[in-house]
Amino acid sequence: MTKQRGPVFAGLLIALILLAFLVIPVVQVIYVAFQDPASGALTLVNFSDFFRSSLFQESFFNSFYVAAMSVVVATIIALPLAYFTSRFNFAGAAIIQTLGFIPLIMPPFVGAVAMLLLFGENGSVNLLLDEHLGFTIPFMEGLNGVIFVQSIHYFPFILINLSAALNNVDRSMEESAQNLGASGMRLFRRIVFPLAMPGYVAGAALVFLKVFDDLGTPLLLNVNTMLAPQAYLRISSIGISDPMGYVISVILVVFSLFALWTSMLALKGKDYSTLQKGGGGMLKRELRGGQKIAAYALILLILLLVLSPHIGLTLLSFGTVWSYSPLPDAYTLDHYRMVFGSAREYITNTLLYAGLAASFDVILATAIAYIVYRTGMKGRKWLDYIATASLAVPGVVLGIGYLRTYNDFNVPFLDKPMASWWVIIVVALTIRRLPYALRACVAALQQVSVMLEEAAQNLGATRSRTLWRVVVPLMSGGMIAGFVTSFATASVELSATIMLVSQESDAPLAFGIYEFMQSASGRGAGAALGMIAVVIVGLGTYFSHRVIERSHKLRTAERQIAEEVT
Amino acid sequence: MLKRKILFTVAASVFLGMSTLVQATEGKLVVVTSYPPDTTTTFKKAFEKKYPGIKVEMLKKKTTAGVKYLQETAGNNTSDLFWASAPDAFEILKGDDLLQKYQTKVKGIPEKVGAFPINDPDGYYKGFAASGYGIMWNTRYLKAKKLPVPHEWEDLTKAVYHNHVGMSAPSRSGTTHLTVETVLQGKGWEEGWATWKEIAGNMKTITERSFGVPDGVNSGQFGIGIVIDFFGLSSKASGFPVDFVYPSVTTLVPANIAIVKNAPHRETAADFIEFLLSDEGQALLLDPKIMRLPVNPKAYAKAPANFPNPFKDNSIGSGVKFDLALSKSRYNVVNSLFDVMITYRLDDLRTAVKAIQDAEAALQGNNNPAAQKLIAQAKDLVNAVPIDAAKASDEAFNSIFKKKRKKASTKVTGRQAEIEQQWDEMIKANYAKATQLANKAKSML
Repeated sequence: MTKQRGPVFAGLLIALILLAFLVIPVVQVIYVAFQDPASGALTLVNFSDFFRSSLFQESFFNSFYVAAMSVVVATIIALPLAYFTSRFNFAGAAIIQTLGFIPLIMPPFVGAVAMLLLFGENGSVNLLLDEHLGFTIPFMEGLNGVIFVQSIHYFPFILINLSAALNNVDRSMEESAQNLGASGMRLFRRIVFPLAMPGYVAGAALVFLKVFDDLGTPLLLNVNTMLAPQAYLRISSIGISDPMGYVISVILVVFSLFALWTSMLALKGKDYSTLQKGGGGMLKRELRGGQKIAAYALILLILLLVLSPHIGLTLLSFGTVWSYSPLPDAYTLDHYRMVFGSAREYITNTLLYAGLAASFDVILATAIAYIVYRTGMKGRKWLDYIATASLAVPGVVLGIGYLRTYNDFNVPFLDKPMASWWVIIVVALTIRRLPYALRACVAALQQVSVMLEEAAQNLGATRSRTLWRVVVPLMSGGMIAGFVTSFATASVELSATIMLVSQESDAPLAFGIYEFMQSASGRGAGAALGMIAVVIVGLGTYFSHRVIERSHKLRTAERQIAEEVT
Repeated sequence: MLKRKILFTVAASVFLGMSTLVQATEGKLVVVTSYPPDTTTTFKKAFEKKYPGIKVEMLKKKTTAGVKYLQETAGNNTSDLFWASAPDAFEILKGDDLLQKYQTKVKGIPEKVGAFPINDPDGYYKGFAASGYGIMWNTRYLKAKKLPVPHEWEDLTKAVYHNHVGMSAPSRSGTTHLTVETVLQGKGWEEGWATWKEIAGNMKTITERSFGVPDGVNSGQFGIGIVIDFFGLSSKASGFPVDFVYPSVTTLVPANIAIVKNAPHRETAADFIEFLLSDEGQALLLDPKIMRLPVNPKAYAKAPANFPNPFKDNSIGSGVKFDLALSKSRYNVVNSLFDVMITYRLDDLRTAVKAIQDAEAALQGNNNPAAQKLIAQAKDLVNAVPIDAAKASDEAFNSIFKKKRKKASTKVTGRQAEIEQQWDEMIKANYAKATQLANKAKSML
């Protein structure tokens, strides 16, 4: 191998960034977990308290159960959407993929409010069921409610990664399988799905980790006996120096890393890379009449379900009073008028913060993926582990860590603390969303065969030229998927930003929505602001899809022309 | 206009030198507040109108997050005012020496509202509005489920309200803590906890945020909520089919404002406090979206009909002589007990209370002493509290729950997590046993 000065330098830089903005701030906060609450001495006694407490054991079990069940339900939702839209000629595939993505771009607390109005014990569905059929369904009771809301909210992680992976599968493999007589479920089960495994595992791992660590949804549904809410409740009610909250944080981080390691193990020893990228091989298949109707019906049903939070939010934003009735009493535009003035600043801030954060994320993630899977640098895996661990750091902890670490550090020329400068919000978002981009980029890189790079290098291309002209273009699908995921989720992030917004003019949309939602008369206005957020981020997602589709088609067309010429 | 003003300021500062530099920075005011935009924008607009050229920044944080924020940024403070409800949050800031003393100029504000002093006796924070806790309900919900309107805390213990009540936890909201403590003081330690457990046994949910309660009642997720008055009154004023009442056992507490130590814009901060307490500022509290009780008795002249006036209606907030020292002596212990016995064991508690209610319903008109005895035993098990009142206020015991060690020499035995685990074991077993006894009693009838 040639000397790797470039990657080493990049690796050190990334390590430095992670150290400064993730490790140090978090350690500043969680060292409390290792302190004796009475004497302040270093100890592990808090951990033994954790494992002895039946409440915490129960919370641990519940968190695990909810996370695992959410992966199952999310898979059931995502699989048909991804498979049908990527393997068959399907009118409106781009729209379906975008709509299927939209649940991510709603702040979870807003989604839960809307879901309660629709599916709660006295929500629209149950009121109607009770009136006409005399029974109700406990969709939102206890852990069921959490699983329901979480899988609807997070299934796009699987959808997006699985779709990218399906598009990357060499279709000549499928063609060969078909030539050998495989079709339908068998083809899917034995050939397509296994080849798309890295994408699926990446998505499923994200769903698992996200649900395992998520705070907002259980809290809004008032489910306390799970790990993340326990950590949050203890930190925010008993006090910032209560050790148990941090013990739970440490356990969340460790367990998340363990889950991640397991998912890597599942993929280990198998080669998923293919020499040819999708699109070149077989054309998309046609569905026959009956199948087509069934497929459309299924997809429509799924879309209706996953878009129900948005339907609820729309009603809420246009409704006057909505109380113990299937629909609002009357409709009005007042809420939109009310937020119109303040919305512009929120929107500009959100697009700026999320756009910057997602760009940094993709750059960092591509670099980390390349360093980890293509170089022999010592300790390179740790970049991946540490970056991914940020998934498990509760936003509140990161926010407090930043305040603690960077408040005494003045920004040159601006003369104000770095902790109250808007850039710190971008940094927080970058760190919090890095794992999403990272998983997408890693999955994309795993599907690129090293042989292609070796070929390029054998033909005399330098390492950096190979990277720019071969690896990055082949990874572009995953990189865009990573950008979109990071961007969309960063634009609705609340938990870290709520600690870091130091003046109103710096506040992003989610912050504004949260503010409005804290008063009786502000519920409709908050919903209106939420709708604006959904529409803007949704449009952004749709257009990036269009761009991907177009470049894809262009490449296919070029290749066909090239083939015809030769 | 604005440009000329800036030009003028620049020109003036050249002439007047250093002293104007201070004034140039007075053009801004940063307020850390827990209040919703309805309240903050109303006051921001009115204040900016009265003091043109000043821009008010409202920095919205949850009370606990606000305290945290001021503590963490103290070394390089950029905030001028802290504006929130819970007096104990101000006590914490005062204890950390993060507030500035201030003497108000406004006249006509009484010493006390209900049994509570309006201003901090040490002169750090000022009350600007009063709030008390009460019961709010959704009229459509009660009508649909054919439930009577509750008036007193005891009403909520009745079996008809099973699964219809919601509240927040005292560890989550300072005002909820006050309600819990008020009932504990009004009824005594044992009976107070028994009342809370019987009410909690009827609960649909314990919300994480205090606003979750009015939100749940407004949307009809549950019918009845235990809330702070302005949540109920402003929901009603916003058009929701809800209403609100003060039970006779309630406390009125002031909501407060204070100048932050080393505030960059002290003069403007003082102006804001004076404005808030002026007739004009007090009248704004009666805005339909805000609906808080003014501390200036004169302001009630403009209040809507049936609006509660604690300075005239002595029944509000006078039922209990609230003992602040007692409350302080066991603050964290009460929070922890409530969470261990109620918040985290709500399902077990609900099951036990439901079983007892069912057994009692079956007992109606039956004479069965054995069953009666079993029910009484079950009730005792549910109501049992792991520690007595004396222990709850014991200083050494409390220090386990206090996170800040006073001196290295104070010896603390036991850890909060350890003690909570012991309590939890006892509570869980008690609830299970109570359910079993009540079911047995019912099967005998």
